[in-house]
Amino acid sequence: MGTLVQTLASSSSTLSTYAAGLATHEGEAHAATGVTAYAWLLVALPLLGAAVLLLGGRRTDRFGPVLATALSWGAFVVGALVFLAMLGRGAEDRAVGIDLFDWITAGSFKVSAGLLVDQLSMVFVLLITFVGSLIHVYSIGYMEHDPDKRRFFAYLNLFVAAMLLLVLANSYLLLYVGWEGVGLASYLLIGFWNYNPAYATAANKAFVANRVGDLGLSIAIMVMFFHFGAVDFATVLGAAGSNANQGFMTAIGLMLLLGACGKSAQFPLQSWLGDAMAGPTPVSALIHAATMVTAGVYLVVRSAPIFEAAPTAQLVVVIVGAITLLFGAIVGCAKDDIKKALAASTMSQIGYMMLAAGLGPVGYAFAIFHLLMHGFFKAGMFLGAGSVMHGMNDQVDMRRFGGLSGAMKLTWATFAVGWLAILGVPPFSGFWSKDKIIEAAFIGEGWRPWVFGLAALIGAGITAFYMSRLFFMTFHGKKRWTDDVHPHESGKLMTIPMIVLAVGSAFLGLILGPTGLFTSWLEPVTGAEPEGAHPVIPVPVLMALTLVLVAAGAALAWLRYWRDDVPVTAPAGSLLTQAARKDLYQDQVNEALLMRPGIHLTRSLVFADSKGVDGAAGGLAALVGGTSSRLRKLQNGFARSYALTMLAGVVAILGALWVMS
Amino acid sequence: MTAVAPLALPTLPAAFQQSNVDYLAILPLLIVFGTALIGVLVEAFASRERRHAIQVTLAVAGLLAAAAAIILAAKHQGLTMGLTDGSTNRQLFALAIDGPALFMQATILLLGVLGVLTMAERFGGVGPDAFTPSGASTPGSATETAAARAGALTSEVFPLTMFAIFGMMLFPTTNDLIGMFVALEVLSLPLYILSGLARRRRLLSQEASLKYFLLGAFSSAFFLFGTALLYGYAGSVYFGDLSKAIAAGPLAMNGLLVPGAFLVFVGLLFKVGAVPFHAWTPDVYQGAPTPVTGFMAACTKAAAFGAILRLGYVGLDTGRWEWTNALVLVALLTMVVGSVLSVTQTDMKRLLAYSSIAHAGFILVGVLAFDRKGVGAVLFYIVAYGFSTIAAFAIVSLVRQNGAEATHLSQWAGLGKRFPVVAGAFAFLMLAFAGIPLTSGFVSKFGVFSAAIGTGGATGTVLAVVGVLCSAITVFVYARVIVLMFFSDAPDDAVEVAIPSVSTTFSIAIGTLATLALGVLPSALLDLADRASQFVR
Repeated sequence: MGTLVQTLASSSSTLSTYAAGLATHEGEAHAATGVTAYAWLLVALPLLGAAVLLLGGRRTDRFGPVLATALSWGAFVVGALVFLAMLGRGAEDRAVGIDLFDWITAGSFKVSAGLLVDQLSMVFVLLITFVGSLIHVYSIGYMEHDPDKRRFFAYLNLFVAAMLLLVLANSYLLLYVGWEGVGLASYLLIGFWNYNPAYATAANKAFVANRVGDLGLSIAIMVMFFHFGAVDFATVLGAAGSNANQGFMTAIGLMLLLGACGKSAQFPLQSWLGDAMAGPTPVSALIHAATMVTAGVYLVVRSAPIFEAAPTAQLVVVIVGAITLLFGAIVGCAKDDIKKALAASTMSQIGYMMLAAGLGPVGYAFAIFHLLMHGFFKAGMFLGAGSVMHGMNDQVDMRRFGGLSGAMKLTWATFAVGWLAILGVPPFSGFWSKDKIIEAAFIGEGWRPWVFGLAALIGAGITAFYMSRLFFMTFHGKKRWTDDVHPHESGKLMTIPMIVLAVGSAFLGLILGPTGLFTSWLEPVTGAEPEGAHPVIPVPVLMALTLVLVAAGAALAWLRYWRDDVPVTAPAGSLLTQAARKDLYQDQVNEALLMRPGIHLTRSLVFADSKGVDGAAGGLAALVGGTSSRLRKLQNGFARSYALTMLAGVVAILGALWVMS
Repeated sequence: MTAVAPLALPTLPAAFQQSNVDYLAILPLLIVFGTALIGVLVEAFASRERRHAIQVTLAVAGLLAAAAAIILAAKHQGLTMGLTDGSTNRQLFALAIDGPALFMQATILLLGVLGVLTMAERFGGVGPDAFTPSGASTPGSATETAAARAGALTSEVFPLTMFAIFGMMLFPTTNDLIGMFVALEVLSLPLYILSGLARRRRLLSQEASLKYFLLGAFSSAFFLFGTALLYGYAGSVYFGDLSKAIAAGPLAMNGLLVPGAFLVFVGLLFKVGAVPFHAWTPDVYQGAPTPVTGFMAACTKAAAFGAILRLGYVGLDTGRWEWTNALVLVALLTMVVGSVLSVTQTDMKRLLAYSSIAHAGFILVGVLAFDRKGVGAVLFYIVAYGFSTIAAFAIVSLVRQNGAEATHLSQWAGLGKRFPVVAGAFAFLMLAFAGIPLTSGFVSKFGVFSAAIGTGGATGTVLAVVGVLCSAITVFVYARVIVLMFFSDAPDDAVEVAIPSVSTTFSIAIGTLATLALGVLPSALLDLADRASQFVR
């Protein structure tokens, strides 16, 4: 035992020496100067907003939403300044560490709470603060008549702060804090309209799936600590790149992936995302499309050295990505609820990112690039969906839409840009990112490029079908409105953010993609794309194939959902359609595999009282019933059976000891 | 086996002479014991009107003075209260004043202050407190009125609490099995009485008290039987001798050692509510007056874990490998049963009771690290948990319906909308119990689990993984309480939050702030716990 401890201690000290050397070599140890030293404001400003709004109570009702929005923009300004300062430095000096305080020091174990401002985290900071602030603005219009909007804005600010902490953290432990924070904010916002019990259930479901994921992340952190004696990025990733034990790396990688699956709604933990659409639409746009759900991709890309040291884990990442991208796309084809269809699409698009992230250096930059593009076009489409719902009395059934292009011209136009972008029609932004992922998926040897490449390629075709279906059912074809709706365009507070996002979806890809600006920006973090890696199918052929498939998908959707009439009630549909409507029976599988055994376990252990906490609704009757049965139990001479339990326990354990020796 | 002849009757010592007693080292103990005795005199002689105020002041002053005396005692660490065994001329020391002991004493004293302040709650002056002056009557009956008119007061709870605190401080400080047993009884007897004094739901409380007493006596019997076996093995009850005997002892004697060690542990594990010795916990936590429950949950746990650490790390140190398996089993059972059963609880106090069982399991994981790091982590955990739990029970005592505590979960629905501050504080404490980052609960769980993984070998890793899984289960329980408070609608006959006096407010505030502070800036206490983690032998 003692020797083991010693070996561990000495090996961990060797590692940290190594990591220290590595850190200076990579320029990680740069002290923050100038505006960069104030990067903590990024987290502090929105956090302050949340605190003021939550603690201030009703007094802040009047100015609360505006204050929250202003603070979010403030964070964006800080982010932009830090970004400009970063541009002013050479590529090697751009990563800057900021120590905030010593968080935990226990003996040799030290964790300092600090920020890592590098190229990767800056991409996220700009995306989160910019899109986040736009959505704050949109929410002022969208939530105008909600009596509780102060709380809503407080949670939004809380989310922005936690998300920024997640991407800026310099250690897995601090990342975990942000990770839990965004989970909390997401949970609070999904259940924001909790007067509807179904919504509260949805919030619970999201919570469960996320807990399973978080469990993975926390186990990964424990194993890291055990293996490396540290949990900060510099030490862990530095050591992972060199002399790491592959078994440990695989374990850490798989556990990190489990965390990523929970947060990013990847197979097999994807079931919560559709239900999470119960939250207000701006929340779906910000948290469940543009930012939080992409945290898993961030985690995988950030942990790149770990995955590269563990090819098995890396392969699992790709498989998970491929399954999810097809899964989401198939589910998306059958959904009639506009938000759920968009949610399925989000799942599928994140599947693309995950797949790219698992491909290694050929894919990292494109995973993040697609994430950025997706942040713009998907957020724009969600806001468009919100605008449609606003005009249609909160109706979400696309079979009741149709022909809205005349009534809501701006929404239609911005949505059209998003639609073209996600389809990957050149020169819109999705083309530059998704096509690259498809190309990267075709790189490799043996069976892999064919399986993963074809999955990505077919996924693109299905995406074109279901997104066109969504677009045509909503904006074109015959009007199928219920009698009492009078669609109208939304106010400026809502349309301007949509326009800004549409402009981004149209041009951002063109600016960053073909010019190579984005890939060279990320290169110091993600590593250079290996030379001489060519897809198994020539690139022009691939590009043509993709475009043909996309056109075919869109054409099919045109035939069925624009030219032909769409029935107001959903037809029975084929077996596949039925399955897809039910999320390919994911809930049923979960229930059969996890929930029922769990319930039986607890019930049989308690052998009573299945009311649990849910019985709370029963009110006084439950109270009296519960109390009386409890009192009866108490007065039934249980002391002797308690004593018997003790005795039996002692005997059993002594018996076990005897058997063991 | 040199000085020890296990089966022969040990020769009686010619004479025991008292030798050096370092009075400064045991000053904290003396102060608390003295205060308790003065408290008895106050009961007898002080006027009725002022008795409550005097008792509270006296108790708090005594506890704070003792806490200050810890600083003095820290400079006089070592073994003390020695007797010279006349036959062998060896010194046998009854008390070990060392880092863990003093750390536990200070913890118990500070948590004791919060506990006493919560017990002092009378909701604005002369109103009824949580205790009954005449247990045999029914609430509001003529008998009770008569008792009140005759001047029966409830201020005896304070001297009783002080005696309990004295026992608790002694418990982790004793250096032999007999002393440990005496301390166990000294801390238990006042608690049995305190548990039975609830003003509301009197029968429940008295039943709980009786049950606690019966089962406590039962577990004491195990402790004594284990002591006898260990004495048979080592020929001595002193931890130093025990440890030496184990190091030199033959394997053939394991038939005495292993069961003996485990049975002694049974007595201690009973006090922390470890499974399968936990059955009393939910009933007693529910039945006892809520301030007493909070006090027991925090301080008894601290004292008993102090004793477990000393027994495990000093007394049985060298031969630990045979009996650790028993503790591993108990730790696994405790974590799993505690967290699974907490899922279906409908009563807040029972829920917190099962939560405390689960926490006992997590702390045991730290104990089983068998390393200084583990000791530090356990010490930290106990402080963090103690502050959170005292504040949580204090809040439970405030939530009322028609004057009685509303402990059924359904009564807490919608509390967050009507009393955001109280519900917010409670929600924060729930997050700490769940081990969410930026609360003390996270740091403490991280501490024990990483200690177990770091030095506990494969067993430690298994324990930590099970621990993480179990804490994931308990997160549900706590999250549901939060959801219930903030997202459910209040029933028509909604509960009220009683306006607490300064003393309870202070306890809740300190408990909650400590939970936050130890989560954000735990370094100072982690350092202190780390430095205090060395036992003297």
